[in-house]
Amino acid sequence: MADVLTSATAAKTETALQGPQGPKPHKTFSRRNIMLYGTLIVVAVYYAIPLWIMVMTSLKGMPEIRLGNIFAPPVEITFEPWVKAWSEACTGLNCNGLSGYFWNSVQITVPSVIISIVIASVNGYALANWKFKGADVFFTILIFGAFIPYQVMLYPIVIMLREIGLYGDLGGLVIVHSIFGMPILTLLFRNYFTSLPQELFKAARVDGAGFWGIYFRVMLPMSIPIFTVAVILQVTGIWNDFLFGVVYTGPEAYPMTVALNNIVNTTQGVKEYNVNMAATILTALVPLFIYFVSGRLFVRGIAAGAVKG
Amino acid sequence: MTVTENKEKSVEVKNLDLHFGAVKVLQNLDLDIYEGEFLVLLGSSGCGKSTLLNCIAGLLEITGGQIFIEGRNVTWAEPSERGIGMVFQSYALYPQMTVEKNLSFSLKNKRMSKAEIEERVARAAGILQIEPLLHRKPAALSGGQRQRVAIGRALVRDADVFLFDEPLSNLDAKLRADLRVEIKKLHERLGNTMIYVTHDQIEAMTLADRIAIMKGGRIMQLASPHEIYNRPRNLYVADFIGSPSMNFLSGELDGSDFVTNGLRVPMGAYDFEEGSRRQGKAIIGLRPEHISTGDALASAAVTTRVKVDLVEPMGSDTLIYTALAGETVHVRMDGQAIVGPGDEVEIGFQPDRASLFDPDSEMRL
Repeated sequence: MADVLTSATAAKTETALQGPQGPKPHKTFSRRNIMLYGTLIVVAVYYAIPLWIMVMTSLKGMPEIRLGNIFAPPVEITFEPWVKAWSEACTGLNCNGLSGYFWNSVQITVPSVIISIVIASVNGYALANWKFKGADVFFTILIFGAFIPYQVMLYPIVIMLREIGLYGDLGGLVIVHSIFGMPILTLLFRNYFTSLPQELFKAARVDGAGFWGIYFRVMLPMSIPIFTVAVILQVTGIWNDFLFGVVYTGPEAYPMTVALNNIVNTTQGVKEYNVNMAATILTALVPLFIYFVSGRLFVRGIAAGAVKG
Repeated sequence: MTVTENKEKSVEVKNLDLHFGAVKVLQNLDLDIYEGEFLVLLGSSGCGKSTLLNCIAGLLEITGGQIFIEGRNVTWAEPSERGIGMVFQSYALYPQMTVEKNLSFSLKNKRMSKAEIEERVARAAGILQIEPLLHRKPAALSGGQRQRVAIGRALVRDADVFLFDEPLSNLDAKLRADLRVEIKKLHERLGNTMIYVTHDQIEAMTLADRIAIMKGGRIMQLASPHEIYNRPRNLYVADFIGSPSMNFLSGELDGSDFVTNGLRVPMGAYDFEEGSRRQGKAIIGLRPEHISTGDALASAAVTTRVKVDLVEPMGSDTLIYTALAGETVHVRMDGQAIVGPGDEVEIGFQPDRASLFDPDSEMRL
């Protein structure tokens, strides 16, 4: 056996190498590459065109829009539609633009995101690590909540908010958003904390850390990715919400999305496409910004939550 | 290093039951561990050894029974109140903390003074020689260094009892052997009670004062490594301990002889368990190294010639597979012996080194 081995290696070094060797060559224009990049380019263009049209239209004056070349870049760039959308456009009766509603949305989104994530992360941590009595039942009910259609709960919640005097108020909407974010966020956090090594939790218990000690000093620092995911989900979800906004708030407290709808649907006079486009982009700016800034973190967080820590 | 009965008890497990739903993982388990003893819980996976350790640590809520540590009933106590330090298989170091913070975490939880924390961390780091690593994070450490920090975390707590949950299983063979020696040295230096869970019988044999071999949530034998190896109390222990495992031949006890397939072995020198001397069916167990070949044949009571079926050279010794009385038998030969398949060798054995078992109860005779 040993003889065979040594003679084989000797023969190999003596003769020059023949046949395929080294890295396998790759063709740039292989069928596979053309298919792959072709599809990617088509899809990218498909998603980019609407944004292109919106930006171009919002920078044109009305006379230029009437020419009908929606793909053409503006001959004369004007920022007037943007100014108008922000501060002068009419939403129903008042004509103060989107600015006020932007701040409404901020006042709704920030507390809702914070409250829902704080509560859901503690929920998820408790469910994953502290097996309390009835934990499974509690979790099942919570998850079941994620599957109940919103329509079923719309009116009951109106009554409940009215009874506690928060109907038509920003605070009421914050509560609604926090509650509706709970099932999916709790699931997200529970799965993430379950994927962290259980021995870390045990070690912390032996080291004398309590419920909150372990949460803040051991779990939290390891959970930045999942918190990023939760923030993105909640910010975009709540910012883009229309249904709850229109149902649970009054005209003074409408979020930006509802105001946008009112601007676009105002029927008197000419349809100002440029203003509508500018208003739409303004409304979409916050989620867009969040995606650009944290897209990479988002993917990492999702992957971390799905596989393991 | 034998621990005698008159020593103070350090950990007492009384009537311990643990059920997960309908599954009874531990049943009516009793175990006394003496002050300063190194006890190894050994068994294949699923035998309940880690579960027992977690019960002692207080990380699992028990279904019934009591646990005493240093004479104190800690059955309902939190893990941190039990005076234990624990080392885990995956190290379980807090990834975002430096080594120093990892070591001081438990002390901070106890609200100990800064000066005392510093002193204790420095002492533990000195013992384990990890001073240069104190400001690194676990990710920047090798497996062996991480395990050392994990031991340090138990060390700073001045625990009465150290619990090890397969601490070396994640390391490669060379490092495992090195750290094994270090743990043994550490035990000799500190003199603490240590309970060590492993599935590696080499670790168990080398480290333990006493080994508890577990199967199906019960302790099959609790004795010194020497006794477990040489006088296994039942077939399971005999088969589990030793690599390659013991050879078993079925036969009958006839007068003072053991007869198997034409081979008559005089058992006059065999040390029967009290009251178990009898006639009839029995199983004889022979360790591969207790079957002698070559020069050692002179002292053997019984010899016979066998044909070699397979040879496994392992360097220090050579293992041969052969058929004896219709069963495959492993024989350990000197590493310098030159044998090949098909050769005939003469083997012999001494009955006093053999073990006899009852085929029905599987207990030692």
